[in-house]
Amino acid sequence: MKHTIAVIVENKSGVLTRIAGLFSRRSFNIDSLSVGATENPDYSRMTITVQGDRDVLEQVIKQLSKLINVIRVSELDPSESIERELAIIKVNADKESRSEIMQIVNIFRAKIIDVSHRSMIIEVTGDEEKIDAIVQLLRQFGIKEIARTGKVSMVRGARVIKA
Amino acid sequence: MSQKMTGAQAVLESLKREGVDVVFGLPGGVLLPLYDAIYQSDIRHILVRHEQGAAHMADGYARATGKVGVCIATSGPGATNLVTGIANAYMDSVPMVAITGQVNTWLIGKDAFQEADITGITLPITKHNYLLRSAKDITRVFREAFYIARTGRPGPVLIDLPRDVTVDEVEFTWPEVDLPGYHPSVKAHEMQIKKAAKALMEAERPVIYVGGGVKYAAAHGELIELATKINAPVTTTLMGVGCFPEDHPLSLGMLGMHGTKYANYAIQESDLILAIGARFDDRVTGKISSFAPRAKIIHIDVDPAEVGKNVRVDIPVVGDAKNALQGLLKEVSPKGRSIWNEKTEGWKKEYPLRYIPDENVIKPQYVIEKLCEIAPDAIITTEVGQNQMWAAQFFVHKDPQKFISSGGLGTMGYGFPAAIGAKIGRPECDVIDVAGDGSFLMNSQELATAVVNEIPVKVAVLNNGCLGMVRQWQELFFEKRYSATILGRTSPDFVKLAEAYGAVGLRASKPSEVESVIRTAMATDRPVVMDFIVNPAEKVSPMVPAGATLGEILDLEWCDDAQSCHLEKIYAKGRKDILGREGF
Repeated sequence: MKHTIAVIVENKSGVLTRIAGLFSRRSFNIDSLSVGATENPDYSRMTITVQGDRDVLEQVIKQLSKLINVIRVSELDPSESIERELAIIKVNADKESRSEIMQIVNIFRAKIIDVSHRSMIIEVTGDEEKIDAIVQLLRQFGIKEIARTGKVSMVRGARVIKA
Repeated sequence: MSQKMTGAQAVLESLKREGVDVVFGLPGGVLLPLYDAIYQSDIRHILVRHEQGAAHMADGYARATGKVGVCIATSGPGATNLVTGIANAYMDSVPMVAITGQVNTWLIGKDAFQEADITGITLPITKHNYLLRSAKDITRVFREAFYIARTGRPGPVLIDLPRDVTVDEVEFTWPEVDLPGYHPSVKAHEMQIKKAAKALMEAERPVIYVGGGVKYAAAHGELIELATKINAPVTTTLMGVGCFPEDHPLSLGMLGMHGTKYANYAIQESDLILAIGARFDDRVTGKISSFAPRAKIIHIDVDPAEVGKNVRVDIPVVGDAKNALQGLLKEVSPKGRSIWNEKTEGWKKEYPLRYIPDENVIKPQYVIEKLCEIAPDAIITTEVGQNQMWAAQFFVHKDPQKFISSGGLGTMGYGFPAAIGAKIGRPECDVIDVAGDGSFLMNSQELATAVVNEIPVKVAVLNNGCLGMVRQWQELFFEKRYSATILGRTSPDFVKLAEAYGAVGLRASKPSEVESVIRTAMATDRPVVMDFIVNPAEKVSPMVPAGATLGEILDLEWCDDAQSCHLEKIYAKGRKDILGREGF
């Protein structure tokens, strides 16, 4: 079972190591981790996807909360939150395949952000399933490279997760 | 009114403000400025002979006094030599601040001489750690470090101190602690206390299971009050030894792998376990899926992450043990003696801790009994292995600060330096390290520290010529193939070793000599090593084989027919079966 948690941390050097180290030594499985600045320059926000049952999730949250640099840990209920991931994908594209790729890009409301004689780079945003789907469709043309950001997530409505 | 000083002076001033009167350490190149400040300070510095000794001394000092212990080591190898001591303190939740030297900030990451990434190395074994990059952060970081080390669930905090940071000048300020991500939970939730009290009132076969959390919260007074008020028997973990007086009628002694039979039977039969400041370690629970199968579990712990980590908990109470026990005392009403008390007392009579006395060969248990008889109020520290278990079993412990042992990490070589630290913290107490010939050698160089600083600790080496606990397991589970466990005569002559350091060495080879050796040692106001030549074949008993349930506890020396049959089976199945079971 997958769970998404939002972690507000102090914006200090070494904090990412503390969190990654905690996951590895306690044998928690991270599926994805993304980190970036927040509205408050003192804090960063991480979105972490973990694998495990409720007991594992409870331990993950409690152990993270024990770290001095961690300000807040919240589980994000998938039915009450939205999640997005961004991927850029470099595919083989020549004269023959270019228009078909462009159709797929249009259907997925993705963007072409770079073109050459033999390749294209496509930017796509969405939840994990959407990105998996476009990757699947583009595979037939030959994917040369993929870079994905990992998931970011936020609760719907007015409720906020803040320090 | 602020004052200009060097970083090193700011460190010393911070230590003073935190109430530190003694530090344990060993200097080195990058620490020259700090040691220059120590030279000019009135803080007592104990020079050790190996940094591991410094960490264990700080640890022993902390456990004996309840204060934060401080150790200092230089960069690189000095810092890495602290690692075992820090890990030991982390596993046993000991308040400690470790200060390490570091190369100049501009050299960090360049593989400079004696550089080691000690904050990286100690990340998983500290409660928190810091790499200081500017002298202006010194006072804030030291204040935070001591606050973190001693509050909530205590633990070690490491501060890495680059050389240039100790040289730079700084205005001394003393900022308030402001840690937005650190909120140690202290006050137990009232609703949970009420629920726990109700369960205690309804229970017919309650057992109170006590760990080191009661010691750190200084809640043993409240514990005795609660247990006697509701007539509930009390068992302690190794870390909780002494939290409940073992001569009290409600005491069941220690539980777990080498606990008493009656404690383990009581746990397995109980209908309610009140766990206080204990963490359901595998050495305590035996096979976890059949631990206390009929019991509801109340778990009081200051660390929320411990609640529900190893066992399912019916009534979690997050909070300080003292606060929670005070709450419980208000909620429960007195309960009289019950059939359950009679039952546990019956087990106590039927299955006492025992050994087969011998007139010709010294039994290690006999040495412990004699120590207890002659020095009942001494602080006992232990090494790790058989000596540790016998010290826990056969000494009658009554004071939580007077039994000091490496529980979680199981560090051989801990007991002797810990004894030195304890003696420095509590000079009015006799301090005895119960040791084995294997573990004493791991830090025996600290004899020099004890002699030079005139710290009259006593060491009782239970010399059986082998790495006894491992040998015991080989006897039971590896068909007596004693791989690398027989030390025989390869150990030094401990009497001469003591004398070589300027300490006193005494030896007892016969049971009749034991008492006089102990009496002479206790009357000597110098460090003494007592070498007791004990029976090498002696095993720690009783024993719960790894992976077995607590109810399957075996008496290894005194077997009735049914049990010896069971034991035979264990011998026979040995590798095949036991190795396959969980936890081995």
